[in-house]
Amino acid sequence: MAKFDKPEDIKVIVATDCGSTTTKAILIEFTNGEYRLVSRGEAPTTVEAPFEDVTMGVLNAVAELEELTGRKILDKNSKFISPANGKIGTDIYISTSSAGGGLQMMVAGVVRSMTAESAERAALGAGAIVMDVIASNDKRLPHEQIERIRHLRPDMILLSGGIDGGTTTHVVELAELISAADPRPRLGSSYQLPVIYAGNKDAAEAVAKTLEDKVDLKTVDNLRPVLERENLGPAREEIHELFMEHVMAQAPGYKKLMSWTDAPIMPTPGAVGLIIQTIADQYNIEAIGVDIGGATTDVFSVFRPEGNKPVFNRTVSANLGMSYSISNVFVEATVPMVMRWVPFEMDERDLRNRVKNKMVRPTTIPQSLEELIFEQAIAKEALRLAFIQHKSFATSLKGVQQQRTIADAFDQKSSGDSIVNMLSLDMLIGSGGVLSHAPRRQQAAFMMIDAFLPEGITRLAVDSIFMMPQLGVLAEVQPKAATEVFEKDCLIHLGTCICPSGKSKKGGPVMKYSIELPDGAKTGTLNHLEMKKFKLGLGDDGLPLKARAVLEPEKQYDLGAGKGVKVDVELNGGVVGIILDGRGRPFDLSTLGEKERVSYLKEWMKELDIYPGM
Amino acid sequence: MGHAYTPGLKVTNNYLIKKDRILPLKGEVKVKVGDKVQPDDVVAETHLPGNVVPLNVANILGLPPEDLEMAMSKKEGEAITEGEQIALKKSFIRYFNKACNATIDGRIESISHITGQVLQRGKPVPVQVKAYLRGEIVEVIPGEGVVVACHGAFVQGIFGIGGETYGKLRIAVSDNSTVLTDDLITDDMAGQVIVGGSLVTADALEKAIKVKARGIVVGGFDDKDLRDFLGYDIGVAITGSEDKGITLVVSEGFGKIDMAGKTFDLLKSHDGQMACINGATQIRAGVIRPEVVIPRAEQEHIEVTGPTEVMGLATGSPIRVIRHPYFGRLGKVTDLPSPLHTLESESKARVLEVEFEDGSKAIVPRANVEMIEN
Repeated sequence: MAKFDKPEDIKVIVATDCGSTTTKAILIEFTNGEYRLVSRGEAPTTVEAPFEDVTMGVLNAVAELEELTGRKILDKNSKFISPANGKIGTDIYISTSSAGGGLQMMVAGVVRSMTAESAERAALGAGAIVMDVIASNDKRLPHEQIERIRHLRPDMILLSGGIDGGTTTHVVELAELISAADPRPRLGSSYQLPVIYAGNKDAAEAVAKTLEDKVDLKTVDNLRPVLERENLGPAREEIHELFMEHVMAQAPGYKKLMSWTDAPIMPTPGAVGLIIQTIADQYNIEAIGVDIGGATTDVFSVFRPEGNKPVFNRTVSANLGMSYSISNVFVEATVPMVMRWVPFEMDERDLRNRVKNKMVRPTTIPQSLEELIFEQAIAKEALRLAFIQHKSFATSLKGVQQQRTIADAFDQKSSGDSIVNMLSLDMLIGSGGVLSHAPRRQQAAFMMIDAFLPEGITRLAVDSIFMMPQLGVLAEVQPKAATEVFEKDCLIHLGTCICPSGKSKKGGPVMKYSIELPDGAKTGTLNHLEMKKFKLGLGDDGLPLKARAVLEPEKQYDLGAGKGVKVDVELNGGVVGIILDGRGRPFDLSTLGEKERVSYLKEWMKELDIYPGM
Repeated sequence: MGHAYTPGLKVTNNYLIKKDRILPLKGEVKVKVGDKVQPDDVVAETHLPGNVVPLNVANILGLPPEDLEMAMSKKEGEAITEGEQIALKKSFIRYFNKACNATIDGRIESISHITGQVLQRGKPVPVQVKAYLRGEIVEVIPGEGVVVACHGAFVQGIFGIGGETYGKLRIAVSDNSTVLTDDLITDDMAGQVIVGGSLVTADALEKAIKVKARGIVVGGFDDKDLRDFLGYDIGVAITGSEDKGITLVVSEGFGKIDMAGKTFDLLKSHDGQMACINGATQIRAGVIRPEVVIPRAEQEHIEVTGPTEVMGLATGSPIRVIRHPYFGRLGKVTDLPSPLHTLESESKARVLEVEFEDGSKAIVPRANVEMIEN
C-alpha cells in the first residue's frame, strides 16, 4: 500500500485465492464511477508435487485473466506490472490462501467453557482449523493431553487461561504439559513451534520460563482479561503475523508470493469473515454466511444481541462437506434424516455404496436428476448439522454473573445462550459448489431454507463465483471497492423468504399477505404447510427490485414484531423472488407420515419450480 | 481448467516403484545405497521419547509448591523405577513421614515450584522402519530414512484398509467378474495375497482372516459389509491403521463391480509371485491410494529417473465411468466436444462421448470418468 497515499487512487486490482485444489484470480476495475468485477480466471493450485511452487498456479490463473480481458498484467519475466497505465498493469495485487491444508491450530485454556472457548473463538475468527481444545477440565488425564499435543503437529498453539490478576497455577500447568509434549510444527522441522500466550498477565513470566528453549513464544494481551469481556483482537493479529512468518514461509513458493503481494496474505476463511463483518457493519444488518466445501463447512455470523454492538463468530465443521467428507455427513445425519428430503424410494445398500463412491472419487458430478436430488438432500443435512454446531458455539460469554431484577423473573435467559436469533436475521448468504453451482437458483434457496429454517423475513443470496475471500482481503486495503463489488457482482440475490414463526393445526391459516408486485398486487392467505413463490426480480443495475408488503400473521405466529403483529415492510426481490413458507417453526419434516411427506415435498418442489418434470 | 477429469489409477506391468521409508523422528539408517533388501529388512530405527506421566507431588505430600524442591529425593534428569521413592515430607515423628513414589520406569523430566507438578518421562520406545518392498536402496536421507526402489508390476486401488504386508499372489477366481465367496478360501492360503473378481463377501473376508491370509485384492466391496467388519462407519477416507489381521485393496469401488480386465489379467500373469500390498488410503490433498507392487524376481541395477509425463484425455483413450448411471463401465473416448453440455440434472458441464465395450455409446461428464493409465 506504500504505492498509494489514498485508497481512492487504487483503480485496478488483481486478487487471487490459492485454494487447496484451484487458484482463482479476479480483476476489478474502477469504471464509470464504480468498482466492478471485470473477469475471473482459474488454474489448478501448484503447492504439491511435482510443481511445489504456489506461484505457478497464480501465474496461470492471472494469465487466464489476461487472455479473457486483454489487459497485460504480467511482464515478460512473469512479474506484476504496477501501477496500472491504461490497459497495462495493476495498481495492487493481493491474495488469500488455504492451500496445503490452511492454518491448523491447537488451543488451550483453563476452563473449557470460558477461556478455552474464548481462545477457540480467537483462532477460528483468524481463519484457523482448530484441531483440538485442551482444557484443565476437559476430562482427559494429563498424560493423555500430552500424548494428544505430541501427535497433533499443529502450525501453532494459542495458550490462554485465567483472568488478569487471578490464579496463575492452572495456566502454568498447561504450559508444563505443552513443554513436556515438546510439540513439533507440521511443516518443516527446522524451526520451533510458535506458541502465543494470551492469558493471565501475572503468569506470563512463569509461562515464558516453562516454555523457554522449547517453543517460539509470543506473548500478547489476555484474551479474557475479565470474565465479562473478551479481547480477541491482539491474539488474532498475532495469529495472522505468525501465519505469514512461519506457516506461509514454509509452504512451497510462498516466500516469493509474499514478496509480490501489496498486503499480507490472509487465510481464506479469515478473509471471508472480514467481508461478512464489513457488510454487516456497512448496512447495519445481522447476517449469516455459509461456505460448504468438499471437506469442510464454515459458518460465519454477525448478530447484535445487545443493541448495536456486532458480535462475530465463525465455526468450521471439519468433517461436513460434499465430497471428501460426504460419507461423514451420511454417518452423522443418519440415513432417514437424509432420505426425508427425497420424494422417492432408494435402496439403502445401493445408497451407501453411492455415497462411498463419491467419497473416493470426490470430483464427480451428478449426471441424473435422481443423483442431483439425493446430493442436494445430503447438502441440506450437512448445512443443518454445521448450523447446529454454529448455534451452540455462538453464545454470550459463559461464566458471567448476571444481575436480575423482578422483571427478569420469567425470562429464562442465562449466560451462554446462543446469540443466533433467526427472527432478527436479515441476510443469509450461501457459497460453495453445491449452492453456487446448483443448476437452478431455486434449488440453492430451497436448500438454505430447509437447512437453516429462517424465521420472519430473511433475504437470501449466494456468492456467484466464491470471491468472498478476495473481497475480504480487499476490504482491508480498499473497503469501498470490496463492498461495491460484493453487492453488485459477488452476490446473486435470490430474493426474500417470509416464514412466520410459530405452530398451528394442519391446514389452518398462518398469515394474510398483500404484496405490491410490479405486475400487480398479490393478496391472499398462506395456510399451514403451504409454500408460495412470487416473481420479483432484479433491476437493470443488477440490484434487487423492491416491493411494499403488508403481512398479517395469525395470533400464534410471529414475523419479528411479536405474535400476531402486522408488519408493513419493503421486500427485496432476486432471481428466485419472494418465497412464503407456511410450514411454521420449529419445523420437522420427519414428523409427517410417509405418504404425506412425499406428497408435501412434491407439492413444494412444484410450487417453487425446484426440479424439472415435477 | 487444465485437467477436468480424474487422472486414472495406474495399472502397469513395468514400472519403477520408489518408496520413501522415513522415521517419525531422527534416528539411525541401517542400510546404504545399493543394498538389496527384502520386505522385512529393517532399514532405519530410532527411539521415540517415552510417555510423560505427571504427578502432583506437592498435593500428594500436602506441601506448598515452592517447598517441593527440598522434599525431592530425585532431581531433574535422574533415573527412576516404578515404586521407587522420589520425594519425602519429613515429620518430627518418623511414623508421620509421607513419601511419594514413581509411577513408571524412566527419569524425572521436570519439577515445578509453581504448580507442584513432577513430570516423569517413560523409557524411550524403539521404532523400526522396514523396507516393505523387495528392491534396492537408491537414496539415503541421513538420520531420517531411505528410498527403496524396485522394478515390477504396479496396480493402484481406489480404496483399502489395513497397512503394509506381503505374500505370495494367489488367484482364487476364474475371471474378473466372479464373486470371491468363502468356499473359495482354503487353508493353504495362509500367508498369501488372494485375488478375487467383482466382490468379496463378508463371509469370505472373515474366512480369509481365519486361514491367516495376509491380504485380498478385489474389484468391489459392499459398504454395509465394511461397516459391519470394522464395527464403525468410515466418514472420511483416511485408512491404513486398521488392525484387522488382513489388508484389503479394492480396485474399482463400492458395490459389486467387475475388476477391470486389464488389472485382473496383470495380476493373473503374476500368480504365485511375491506381492507387496498396502491398504492405506487418503483422499485429500496429497492423495494416497492403496497399491499392489509385484517386484520383479531378478532386480537389475536401478537408474533413478525423473517423473514421466501424464497425458491428457484424447479420442481413443481407454476410460472407466466412475459415477451413476454408467458406474463401473469401461469404454473408449470417441468424441470430446468443447461446448458445455446440459445434463439430465440440468447441470452444465464439459462432456465426452464414450463407446462402451458392448458397442453402445453415451454422453458422460468428463468429471465422471477416469483414464485407465498404462
